Amino acid sequence: MAVLRVKFTKTKRDKLAQVLWILNWISVVTGAILFSLGLFLKVELHKQGEVMAERDIQYVPNTLIAVGLIACAINFLGGKICYDCVDTTKFLRWKLIMLPYIICTFFFTFCVLVGALMCYCMHWELEESLNLGLTEAMRFYKDTDTPGRCFLKRTVDMLQMQFQCCGNNGYKDWFQIQWISNRYLDMSQKEVVDRIRSNVDGKFLLNGVPFSCCNINSPRPCIQQQITNNSAHFNYEHQTEELNLWMKGCRQALLEYYIHIMQSIGLTVLITWLFELSVLTGVRYLQTSLENVLRQGDPNSESDGWLLENSFMETARMNLNIIKSLGKGNQIDTATNGDPNINVPSTSKAHYGPDNVPPKQITEDS
Amino acid sequence: MVVMKMKFPFQKRVKLAQGLWILSWCATVAGATTFTLGCILKTELRRRAEVMDNQDIHIVPNTLMIVGLASLGINYFASKICQDALDAGRFPRWKNFLKPYFAVSCFFTVLMLLAVIMSYAMKGSLESSLKAGLRNGIRFYKDTDTPGRCFQKQNIDRLQMEFQCCGNNDFRDWFEVQWISNRYLDFSSKEVKDRIKSNVDGRYLVDGVPFSCCNPSSPRPCMQYQLTNNSAHYNYDYQTEELNIYLRGCREALVNYYMGLMNTIGAGVLSIFLLQGSVLVSLRLLQTAMEAVAGKENTEIETEGYLLEKGVKETIMEYLDPVLKFLLLKNQVEEGSAAATTTPT
Repeated sequence: MAVLRVKFTKTKRDKLAQVLWILNWISVVTGAILFSLGLFLKVELHKQGEVMAERDIQYVPNTLIAVGLIACAINFLGGKICYDCVDTTKFLRWKLIMLPYIICTFFFTFCVLVGALMCYCMHWELEESLNLGLTEAMRFYKDTDTPGRCFLKRTVDMLQMQFQCCGNNGYKDWFQIQWISNRYLDMSQKEVVDRIRSNVDGKFLLNGVPFSCCNINSPRPCIQQQITNNSAHFNYEHQTEELNLWMKGCRQALLEYYIHIMQSIGLTVLITWLFELSVLTGVRYLQTSLENVLRQGDPNSESDGWLLENSFMETARMNLNIIKSLGKGNQIDTATNGDPNINVPSTSKAHYGPDNVPPKQITEDS
Repeated sequence: MVVMKMKFPFQKRVKLAQGLWILSWCATVAGATTFTLGCILKTELRRRAEVMDNQDIHIVPNTLMIVGLASLGINYFASKICQDALDAGRFPRWKNFLKPYFAVSCFFTVLMLLAVIMSYAMKGSLESSLKAGLRNGIRFYKDTDTPGRCFQKQNIDRLQMEFQCCGNNDFRDWFEVQWISNRYLDFSSKEVKDRIKSNVDGRYLVDGVPFSCCNPSSPRPCMQYQLTNNSAHYNYDYQTEELNIYLRGCREALVNYYMGLMNTIGAGVLSIFLLQGSVLVSLRLLQTAMEAVAGKENTEIETEGYLLEKGVKETIMEYLDPVLKFLLLKNQVEEGSAAATTTPT
């Protein structure tokens, strides 16, 4: 009992082959789109790579790039096959390849689905990576004279200005680290010495933030120093003031940015997966209907197409038996002449044509 | 005295027509490109319209857009004409159309060249427009509560951060302007009162700049206030300090940006001008060569093609004569009617 059997006339078969040819070429284009989306994500992750700690997030864009390339190749081959399937003689060329091709493509569509799911699940790892990376970057903000960290100050400043954020969780993160290098502190001043002594680790902490935290939408000039001291500034209350500095933390800002990108990419990959699945179904119908036509002998007759010849359970059982017998392949089975499907004893008479004369041994010189 | 006479055997005429057809389609694409370049330039100029005092510079992108659209039409007709040129039956219907067509095409091609020349010549006008606009922008920086000027602060801050510049000529422009609003000054404080009294106009002037002048490439945290006071900051010498704030003035930065953009566009438009000119020259040669064939029985004879039948001066007079006659005739009619009205009285 076949699964989803459909009758195909000759014209319907030809139309199916032509439509599938066009759809395969569209799939090549979508494969190229997947490749470029993977490349885009890789570049975007690399751009902010300095504020990300070492985490395994590059596997998502790499998977997308690989999937895109393989999709292009598979659909290019599929296009060639479907182009030849209009003519039953040319189909004979591809007959043996088609079934393995369909099986490979079926497993490949799983990879596409996994790629889509990865896009949605990546943000947990990304959040942890950003958390660690931003903490490190802020700690080394002042080390503009240390080789390898010279440009971290510039990177963090540009990041805060571009993404309109301040600090890791908020601007108060800057109060807990020393972001002014000792090179620019006058150690002879009493105030500086007092501040350093009041701290356990001997760090110069202050309730101020770098200039890159300043909000350009503020109606008043930016208040960077003595932020929590209301009396230090005229007409200022730090608990209610919202427009002076950027209120959002950079981790959240970056996360929102990347989640937005990845959701769009994930949606595109899901749509591509559905499209690939439908093209694969069409190719399967085409293959089975053409094989049935060949079995019937008349190329212009009607034939049936199906997804599976028997029901799911029977097909699964048959495949399991084949796999089991592959395991027994090195044992010689004399009872059935090594053929697992035949159960006939080998005492049957051999039949040598109408005269039933066994063939003579042909010597070399005659 | 004929200008640029050339001999055209039949095969050469056919090749000329075919080459011209391809060339005119290339020129159509080039015309669309000119229009796009004009749109890009206009968009870029409009983005910074708040710091420009007048809109005189917009004549350059406007001209480019007009010329782009006109060249689409010119080249479309050129391709149609050269398609019909080799067919002796269809070519005569273009006869009356060609003289005004060439006049209009030459006008727009010359206009293209003028647009490129203008983009270089209007540098001075752009500079003075930016000077006045930036001066106003800096003056009204503090007026974030005045309707119509609420966003001046935002614009100036964004401009200074994006173009990496500070002030009009340089950062000292901020020392001459009160950029901190009175709303945020504590008038009970002695320091504030002293500063206001020391100034003739009663303005609160500081030797400090807004935060948007800060250079993120500086190795030390930004120093915005008391810039000219070396003792206010540790290990600081304002005469030699180069990385703390942006030293470039915004006028210079903007002029460089726009002149760079217009140079690039000008180079492209110049090559499009040469392409368009070659299309018109080829079309003229094809037209004159085909006109010599008209009426003859054997259409495959060799003919001569030329650019201008008479000299340049005489051709110009020929084109201007109808225009002048039209103007003079108007005057004569007015004189005649004035005489007629005065005589009966």
